[in-house]
Amino acid sequence: MTNASDLASSYDLVVIGGGPAGLAAAALAARAGLSTVLFDENPGVGGQIYRAITFSPVKDRTILGEDYWAGADLAAEAAASGALIVTGATVWSLDPARLVGVSIAGQARLIRAGRVIIATGALERPVPVPGWTLPGVMSAGGAQTVLKAQGLVPSGRTVMAGGGPLLWLLAAQILRAGGKLDAILDTTPRSNWLRALAHLPDFLLSPYFSKGVKLLREVRAKVRVIRVDRLEAVGDDRLREVVFGTGDGERRLAADLLLLHQGVVPNVNLAIAAGIAHAWNERQLCFEPVLDGDFNSSVPGIAVAGDGAGIAGGTAAAERGRIAAIAAVRALRPAASVPDVQIMRRKLRREEMGRAFLDWLNRPAGPFRQPTGDTIVCRCEEVTARQVRDTADMGCEGPNQMKAFLRCGMGPCQGRLCGLTVTELIAAQRGTTPAEVGYYRLRPPVKPITLAELASLPIAEAERKAVER
Amino acid sequence: MFKRLAEACAPVAITVDGKRVGCRAGDTVAAALIAAGIAHCRTAPVSGAPRAPYCLMGVCFECLVTVDGTGSRQGCLVPVRDGMTVETQVGRREAGR
Repeated sequence: MTNASDLASSYDLVVIGGGPAGLAAAALAARAGLSTVLFDENPGVGGQIYRAITFSPVKDRTILGEDYWAGADLAAEAAASGALIVTGATVWSLDPARLVGVSIAGQARLIRAGRVIIATGALERPVPVPGWTLPGVMSAGGAQTVLKAQGLVPSGRTVMAGGGPLLWLLAAQILRAGGKLDAILDTTPRSNWLRALAHLPDFLLSPYFSKGVKLLREVRAKVRVIRVDRLEAVGDDRLREVVFGTGDGERRLAADLLLLHQGVVPNVNLAIAAGIAHAWNERQLCFEPVLDGDFNSSVPGIAVAGDGAGIAGGTAAAERGRIAAIAAVRALRPAASVPDVQIMRRKLRREEMGRAFLDWLNRPAGPFRQPTGDTIVCRCEEVTARQVRDTADMGCEGPNQMKAFLRCGMGPCQGRLCGLTVTELIAAQRGTTPAEVGYYRLRPPVKPITLAELASLPIAEAERKAVER
Repeated sequence: MFKRLAEACAPVAITVDGKRVGCRAGDTVAAALIAAGIAHCRTAPVSGAPRAPYCLMGVCFECLVTVDGTGSRQGCLVPVRDGMTVETQVGRREAGR
C-alpha cells in the first residue's frame, strides 16, 4: 500500500490509468530505465476490460473468457517492471506544465512529470432513454464490472438493450455464469449495413470476425433477440417494465433489471482539462484527442494512449501504450535501448483493421443519441431534452452557454453522462455539426476532492510567505 | 437483482443506515449495496427521485454515499472494510456534507 507521503516529488514518467495502455506503457518505460509511477483510482489495476484481473472471484476461466485472462500477463509484467503502481489514487488535475494533482486515501500531492501518458480509457456512451435514471436500470458495463470484480450475476427478470460488441460479450458471460436473460432488445438499425458493407473485407480478415460470429451464435441460441426502434424504462420508485416497439407496435416486458449499452467513447475529461486539442469523430460519434503517430497530444510532453485516444479495443490499447512509452523514453533517454516500434505498429494496424466495419455497423441510431421531450439528458441536474432543445432554439449556441441557462454538465459527473448528448442536441436544433458546437470546457479538479485534501498539500516556506501579511 | 456466483471471499460486515449488511472482501461499497438488494443509495438533489448505482466505474456519480462521516464518496471506488459506516444521502439537503 503506497501512501501519498511515499511518493517522490517528481518522476520521469507519470502514467494515469492502469488499463491495458497504462500497464503496457509503465512496464516498457520502467524497464527502459525511466522512473515511472502509474496512478489508478480503482482498488486494483486492469482498467475496465481487465477489471479485477489480480483478484477476481470468478475462478472458472470459461465464464469471462480467455481474452479477459490475457490481462493477467500485462498486470504481472507491469508489477515486475520496477514501475511504482499506485491503486486507489485519484488524479484530479493535470496542467500543461505536467504538474499532476493526485489524492491517495484523503492525502493530496502535486507531482512533477518529465512526461505524462494519459491512459484513462473509455466510458460507455450515454443512453438517454425515458426512465434511464430509475433504480433497476444500469449500464451493461456496470453489470460486467460487478461480475468481474465481485462475481455478481443478474438474478431476477433481466433485459438487455442497445447494441455494440460489449453488449453481446456481457450477454455471453452472464449466460456462462448461469444467469438468465429474458430478452435482448437490439436497437441497431438494419440500414447501418449500407455504410458497414464497404469495410466488410477488412473485417473478415481481422481477429474480431470469428470471435464475433461465435459470440452472436452462442447468445442467440439461448436468448430471444428483438429488434426495436423505441425503448422506455417504466417504473415508480424502481424499474417495473421495459416498453419497446418497432413502427406502430408496442410491447411491454416486466423486468427487475435493464442493462443499457450503446458502445463506448473516449473518457476525455482529464485530457480536455489539461488543454489538449480534441476533434469530432463522425464515424464513432464522439470527441477524441488530436494526436500524432506516437500518440503525442497538442500539449508538449503529454501523450494519450489506449481507448482514450479513440476507440480501438484492449489489445490495440496495449500496443498504443507501448508506442507512447517508446516515444517518452526516446525523448528523455535517447541512449536507452527500447524494443522496435515497428513491431508494435504492425500489431496495432492488424488490431485496428476490423474497426471501421464494427463502428459503422453498431453506430447508435439518432433517436437513441438525441432524445426528445421529458427524457432526462443531464442526470445530475435533471435537465430534460426539451429544455436543452428549447434553449438552443432561443439562441444558445454551445454547451458552455447551456451550463449558464440550465446547469447541465455542472453536477458531480462533470458532463461525463450528458456531454455528448448536449452537443448533439444543440447541433441538431441549430442545424449545424457537433464539430462546430464543440464540447464542455472542463477544468480541474476533474474529480471532486475535499478542502481537507487540498489543505493536505505540502507547502514550502516561500509559498507560505507569499500569502502571509 | 443480483446473486453471488461464489461465496469464496472472506466475510466483511458494514452498517448501512444503522443496519448490519454482510458483504465480502473485494466488494466496493456500491457492489455491496447491490448484492444486499438495497434498492437505492441516494435521492436526486432536484426532484428527490431515488437513484442507484449506474456505471460502477467511477464516472456517473449515482452511487454517492456518506462513508465513515465523509459525504458524497463514490461508492463504486471505495472498498468495504469491517466496521465501515455507510449512510445513504438525501438529495440537496446532504449534498454538502
